[in-house]
Amino acid sequence: MSERTLEFRDALREAMSQEMRANKRVFLLGEEVAEYDGAYKVSRGMLEEFGPQRIIDTPISESGFAGMAIGAAMMGLRPIVEFMSWSFSLVAADPILNNAPKMLYMSGGQFGCPIVFRGNDGAGGQLGSTHSWCVEGMYSNVPGLKMAIPAFADDAKGLLTTAIRDDDPVFFLESERLLALKGHVPEGEHLVPFGQALVRRSGDDVTIVSFGRPVHFCLEAAEALEAEGISCEVIDGRTIRPLDLDTIVRSVKKTNACVVVDQSWSFGSPGSEIAAQIHQACFDDLDNHVMRVHSADVPTPYAWNLEQEYLPNARRIAEAVRSALYVA
Amino acid sequence: MSSLSDPAHATTGGRRPLADRTSATPDELLDWLRQMLLIREFEVRTMQAYQDKKIGGFCHIYIGQEAVAVGCTAAVQHADPIVTAYRDHGHALARGMDPKYCMAEMFGKIGGCAKGKGGSMHMFDKPNNLYGGHGIVGAQTPLGTGLAFATKYIDEVIEGGKSRHVALCFLGDGAVNQGAFYEAKNLAGLFHIPVIFIVENNGYSMGTAIHRGTTMSHRLISKGEAFGIDGYEIEGMDVIDVQREMKAVADKCRETSRPAMVDMKTYRFKGHSMSDPRKYRTREEEEVWEAGDPITRLRDALIEEGLIDDAAFKALNREVKLQVRSSIEWADASPEPDITELFTDVYVEKFGPYLGTSMPQIVTDQENDR
Ligand SMILES: Cc1ncc(C[n+]2csc(CCOP(=O)(O)OP(=O)(O)O)c2C)c(N)n1
Ligand SMILES: [Mg+2]
Repeated sequence: MSERTLEFRDALREAMSQEMRANKRVFLLGEEVAEYDGAYKVSRGMLEEFGPQRIIDTPISESGFAGMAIGAAMMGLRPIVEFMSWSFSLVAADPILNNAPKMLYMSGGQFGCPIVFRGNDGAGGQLGSTHSWCVEGMYSNVPGLKMAIPAFADDAKGLLTTAIRDDDPVFFLESERLLALKGHVPEGEHLVPFGQALVRRSGDDVTIVSFGRPVHFCLEAAEALEAEGISCEVIDGRTIRPLDLDTIVRSVKKTNACVVVDQSWSFGSPGSEIAAQIHQACFDDLDNHVMRVHSADVPTPYAWNLEQEYLPNARRIAEAVRSALYVA
Repeated sequence: MSSLSDPAHATTGGRRPLADRTSATPDELLDWLRQMLLIREFEVRTMQAYQDKKIGGFCHIYIGQEAVAVGCTAAVQHADPIVTAYRDHGHALARGMDPKYCMAEMFGKIGGCAKGKGGSMHMFDKPNNLYGGHGIVGAQTPLGTGLAFATKYIDEVIEGGKSRHVALCFLGDGAVNQGAFYEAKNLAGLFHIPVIFIVENNGYSMGTAIHRGTTMSHRLISKGEAFGIDGYEIEGMDVIDVQREMKAVADKCRETSRPAMVDMKTYRFKGHSMSDPRKYRTREEEEVWEAGDPITRLRDALIEEGLIDDAAFKALNREVKLQVRSSIEWADASPEPDITELFTDVYVEKFGPYLGTSMPQIVTDQENDR
């Protein structure tokens, strides 16, 4: 079998196109998704294949079109809503947080919302504070939604396919910085189940848990630490809700040390939640408390050097690992 | 142009013969009367139950506005989806929800339409195509647009035919000032979505008289014109007028697959919610509107036409009272939701602490009837 490689963005498109071919209830809407081919070219060519009734350019009205898509999902359609950036989803907070994840509950099981919200999440390249939101920090707080955050092209396809078929609202977080990343992507149907973390690199001394773009920073740090004789196990969580705690716990019981790396701010974040859960599950196995590496607790800066330092970069991860292992 | 302080439209009744005013059959007319009586009686008992602390939270009474929900619902087909705000008991009953599920919902019982998880402001009825009761002012307007979008998508893309549904999206006059409504109108106008925004203009949002919060309140439909949305002003106190004029609006939207906006002039006879002493309006104003009571109006028209006599009206009233009384008994007898219900309906499938979904009785009962 040939090792076909695709860019992350093309893997996303392949998932959407394959699902749209298979199911007429699936459609894509968002700003610039049709005639412009997508602000980041994720939906390139989809208008030609599926036509304007299913690839829908919306005006710049996140609250309106997110709410509209939720209404459509209540009637059994399966919309994919592209936010040009998750940063812009903040003006749609009411429909995406107050309607989509609560409809099933408030209607006593009558109306679910099989909908995917997807788009760029996290710092891009020097976009400043308004455009660099890591919404996992705020949105993962809400029960009723699922949250997937792929780090590699094959997972981009596999997780998005699963998201589209899922009957619950899925918040799908992509990183603009990863869209051009190439990797092997299976050609046919490819599903990655939610709630299954993946060990990206195995090691014995410390467990590093992350998801999304920072997984790459973790792998970079692990590589550097290898030269110092520190063996890191890097876990790619892949979904935040549901969270695969079992895989993490299994690893921590082996390494007895853990660093959680999360690109959102530290206060009330997935990172703090995961650290708490590890402490609870592995209290007797840990040789040190769980260390956390987050984006700095400040608005995202513009200047290149400041932004690099702000992110949970490889250097900061390596420092946290040494500290976790009491290495001076 | 009439305004709320102008009593003219509160008393303009049809003096023309019924045959000129409606094509409804006598049975239909009697059914509208029954529905309005049911809503009235239901709301009276709801207020009592609230005082008795059987109902918690916020609770908004529909008395005075009955002709709107009944007339609008009668103007469309059962398959046409409906969505509304938190003043939703009337819409649920007019859509055909058995009052026992509605009452049990407010009592926080498992027999409630949403198993007691929604409450007064959040009534849902899938078999009757009621997509909620929504508590956030204006939030239902993009949703209603989405319901109509979905009917059109299903009719055209999935079934390959012509769009043949409309959605009714009710909102209050205060909701007109929510940003989401403007986005919804632009989308509906742009995409030719057959949604009808029905502004139940009762003149007040809580204690704010419409002119104190809303520009162009003398011509609300101007707020649709900017989006290419046809506007209609309808007197909402006479169910015959409401049904006839709404039927014309709905037929046109269905035919052309276009949105519409209706300024439906009405009045809530009670306070905003159960805790409102109504200091912001005068007793005189209330009396003018009460003189145009939609139930009295239809009753008198039917008596004049010889379709009903006093005895028959009393019998109908008695029937409705019994129905509401037995709904209360049913709701009282319905158990509280089992504590496990806390963790159902969060996600469709079972995982972690979540128990998956189970359908409420309102759905299973109606499926069994079929
Ligand atoms: C976004 C939002 N803001 C405020 C409220 C509180 N609130 C509930 S009802 C209401 C008044 C709305 O009046 P209107 O739309 O005219 O509807 P009516 O009560 O007259 O039916 C307000 C301010 C709310 N529920 N949602
Ligand atoms: Mg009002």
